Amino acid sequence: MAHIGIGNAGHLLVIISFITSIVAAIAYGKAAVNNELGNQPWVKFGRFTFITHGLAVLGSAAILFIIIYNNYFEYHYAWSHSSKNLAVHYMIACFWEGQEGSFLIWSVFNALLGFILIKTNKKWEAPVMTIFALVQAFLASMILGVVIGDMKIGSSPFMLLRDVVDNPIFLINPNFVPEDGTGLNPLLQNYWMVIHPPMTFLGFACTLIPFSFCIAGLWRKDYTDWIRPALPWTIFGGVILGTAIIMGGYWAYETLNFGGYWNWDPVENAVYIPWLVLIASMHTMIVFKKSETALKTSIVLVIATFLLILYATFLVRSGILGNASVHSFTDLGLSGQLLIYLLFFLIASIVIAARVWKDIPTSEKEASAYSREFWIFIGALTLCLMAFQVFVPTSFPVFNKIVELFGGLSSLAQPADQVQFYSKWQVWFAIGIALLSGTGQFFFWKKMDKDKLKTALAFPVIISLLLSAIIFVIAKMSNPLYILVLVAGMYSIVSNGKILIDLFKSGSYKLTGGSVAHIGIAMMLIGIMASEGYSRIVSKNTTTISRDFTEEQNSNMIVLFRNDPKPMAGYYLQYKSENIKAENIPGHIEKSWVRPTEDPHYKVAKHSIVIDGQAYAEEGDTLYFRNPENTYHEVQYTSMDSSKTFTLFPRVQQNEDMGSTVVSPDIKKLWGGDLYTFVALQNDFEDEFTEWSQPETKNLKPGDRFFINDYVAEFTGLVRLTKVNGIELGGQDAAVQANITVFTEEGKQVKLEPKFIIKDKAVGKPVEMNQEVATRVALDNIYPENGSIDLTIETTQKDWIILQAIEKPQINILWIGTIIMIVGFIIATRRRYVEFMKMRDKGLA
Amino acid sequence: MKKSNIIGLIVIAIAVAVILSTRQSASSYVTFDEAYAMSTNGDAGSIHVVGELKKSSNGEIVGVNPSSDRLSVEFILVDDNHKEQKVFLNQPMPSDLLKSDKVVVIGGYHNDKFVADKVLLKCPSKYEETSL
Repeated sequence: MAHIGIGNAGHLLVIISFITSIVAAIAYGKAAVNNELGNQPWVKFGRFTFITHGLAVLGSAAILFIIIYNNYFEYHYAWSHSSKNLAVHYMIACFWEGQEGSFLIWSVFNALLGFILIKTNKKWEAPVMTIFALVQAFLASMILGVVIGDMKIGSSPFMLLRDVVDNPIFLINPNFVPEDGTGLNPLLQNYWMVIHPPMTFLGFACTLIPFSFCIAGLWRKDYTDWIRPALPWTIFGGVILGTAIIMGGYWAYETLNFGGYWNWDPVENAVYIPWLVLIASMHTMIVFKKSETALKTSIVLVIATFLLILYATFLVRSGILGNASVHSFTDLGLSGQLLIYLLFFLIASIVIAARVWKDIPTSEKEASAYSREFWIFIGALTLCLMAFQVFVPTSFPVFNKIVELFGGLSSLAQPADQVQFYSKWQVWFAIGIALLSGTGQFFFWKKMDKDKLKTALAFPVIISLLLSAIIFVIAKMSNPLYILVLVAGMYSIVSNGKILIDLFKSGSYKLTGGSVAHIGIAMMLIGIMASEGYSRIVSKNTTTISRDFTEEQNSNMIVLFRNDPKPMAGYYLQYKSENIKAENIPGHIEKSWVRPTEDPHYKVAKHSIVIDGQAYAEEGDTLYFRNPENTYHEVQYTSMDSSKTFTLFPRVQQNEDMGSTVVSPDIKKLWGGDLYTFVALQNDFEDEFTEWSQPETKNLKPGDRFFINDYVAEFTGLVRLTKVNGIELGGQDAAVQANITVFTEEGKQVKLEPKFIIKDKAVGKPVEMNQEVATRVALDNIYPENGSIDLTIETTQKDWIILQAIEKPQINILWIGTIIMIVGFIIATRRRYVEFMKMRDKGLA
Repeated sequence: MKKSNIIGLIVIAIAVAVILSTRQSASSYVTFDEAYAMSTNGDAGSIHVVGELKKSSNGEIVGVNPSSDRLSVEFILVDDNHKEQKVFLNQPMPSDLLKSDKVVVIGGYHNDKFVADKVLLKCPSKYEETSL
């Protein structure tokens, strides 16, 4: 064992980062109390310790990555999250597969943002960084891995395998290093796993900034000035977190086969809730900047956003969701620590806010219904209610625990149909948001009264009704709720579009963020309505209807037999082959082209593999398979109208990590939407439900033709083998192979090679199974006198897959809307940041 | 009344409605007898029952019958009160059904037969620390 030093260094850096964060908090705290600025001693000391802290965090993250990258499997983290068969970009993903690494990446982002704040702020540096350093101390404590007495503080990612796993091998050889790690869960081996988690943690880190400014403002009794420096970060956090959430949704859609992009799983909800509150706080902060109202609301919402992020962390990582969610982390014994983290900031914020609550300036006059403050306030309120509706059921597990704590019994479970349950509320809130975002913009840019409002609204109302009418007639929409969503979304697009055009005309490009983002949100709403509301299962099974069921119930999937085309929704579908992906060979290769070896990652080519005229392997070559657990079924779609074809390769994954089979769709992107196809069940000839025919024995001479499962087959001759499965035969041993060619559809030839083996004086007649021909053959006897053989044949129903295909109309509107929303947010962030910089340089911030 | 009071009332009304609707939609785990009672009382919706697949005396799973076209499956589930119940699932047999420890069926009774709209499987190796 050679690499103990590096782990010790990592652990030491974590300890240093913990201590320096506490020292930095004290130093900056002292500076804040003394009202120190610039280069005064406590500020200087605080800055020095925080930068040391940040460097220690970066250093420990670098060490963890080195451990993963170099396959140091003597470390538990590398062993349990990585393996030799991982591509480099997935090694990055290993970093945050585990809890410890994901705390570390969160801490890294906090440290980097802290550096930026130190650089960009003057009077806010000391109080803001005090709070930053405190949060960092809590995060560092999660990965501290220090045991004091019976108490374990944090779980270190730098633990050696031998200290974590109880295995006798370490008694025999303490320096034992496993050959390979257990790997990143194959389901997570996806590029989204590389980008989605860090994006989420960057979003988490961003919420700390407005929170710190807000608390700093309350602490220093500087109740209003904190909003200006905080606002650009709120908007930035909004776009980062929003993008991360949607990335997660797209990932789920593309890989995880939840059937859609949003499943209302508690883990998804846990991040959706703070995002909504963050967006609400962003709006009230903008109102405050315009008109000095909504200050208290802003304070409450900014604090709530950060606390909800901590709450989300608690839900996802404490193991409390357990049964409620499919993808929460397992408990690392940190739940107590997480709870302290949450409660500390909850209580501290309440105390700090309550102390000065009476002194916070409020505007006495009631906001007029014709003021922008009023409408934006209503919008923020709607967002909060939206969050509340998700918050309540997501908190069931917590509620159950609290009831248990007081000796009661509560077993509330998530509503059975989560999607339907949440959607029925959220859609109404969303309609409200769309209408408000359309109308609010008019108030935002102009002073309004009754008459002006009428003239301003008349145009967008008429245009949006007109456009909606055209769309719902063409699309034949009849559901009144969906029509309402369409009208509301259209209205938001048209009215924000009008504002946008006005802004362009006056050359105020920098101010367009709000209207652009609202247009994006409205498009997303319409895209969601179309793709979910009109999502349609097109794989209707009309041939077999079980007695027990109505047609509706029985018709959502179809069985495809190999090479037997079936009509479906304007296409002929043909299941053509079962495939795997080999390293360095483009596309897919058929499973039957290769022979397995002992190591599932290596297989031997049965014949030369030529794709598009280029040879990739010769007979007998060993090929490398990075992910042998994945099977891809080739399904060809032929359009009935145009005879155009395309091929989809939905994936079935035997996932050992999860002890289950995971199916992923393949998606055909069309202009009008997606065609989403997945294989619900594949054939397994080895399972107990396969009914084989009575074995039939045929005596065949070389050149004889016969039938197997209705295919013509030919026995071409016997070959003597010197090796069986790559093992040389001994002097007393012998092996013979019969070569049989089966002629299947489209002129394809399938080779069957049953063997007759004499090894160590025992006779072996292994049964050869072939999926394509749906047969099992065995070489039963050989008659050397005339070269004939006895071949035993069993057959079964042809190879099949059960497939579901779903149409997701107009889903592209959702993705385009997402991009537009992101652009809008970025414009707004820039505008608010420039404002802050200007004021700061005048010495006002 | 001031506008802010009206808004406050509306917000409270919506919040209460949210809680009530959540309370109503929340489900909890029951046994087959309770599920039957619920179904006969007209609550035909989605009831969660947890159980294990029926096993023979030598530990083999018995009573799992995929339909001939494999598009649906019938199996016997034993709930916590050891009551056996035939369950009909109108979906292809989940490939991990036979490997699962516990099965949660979500559905309701139709003529003495429990028809599941959905099954959730708990497989033993999920989240289990792999050994060396």
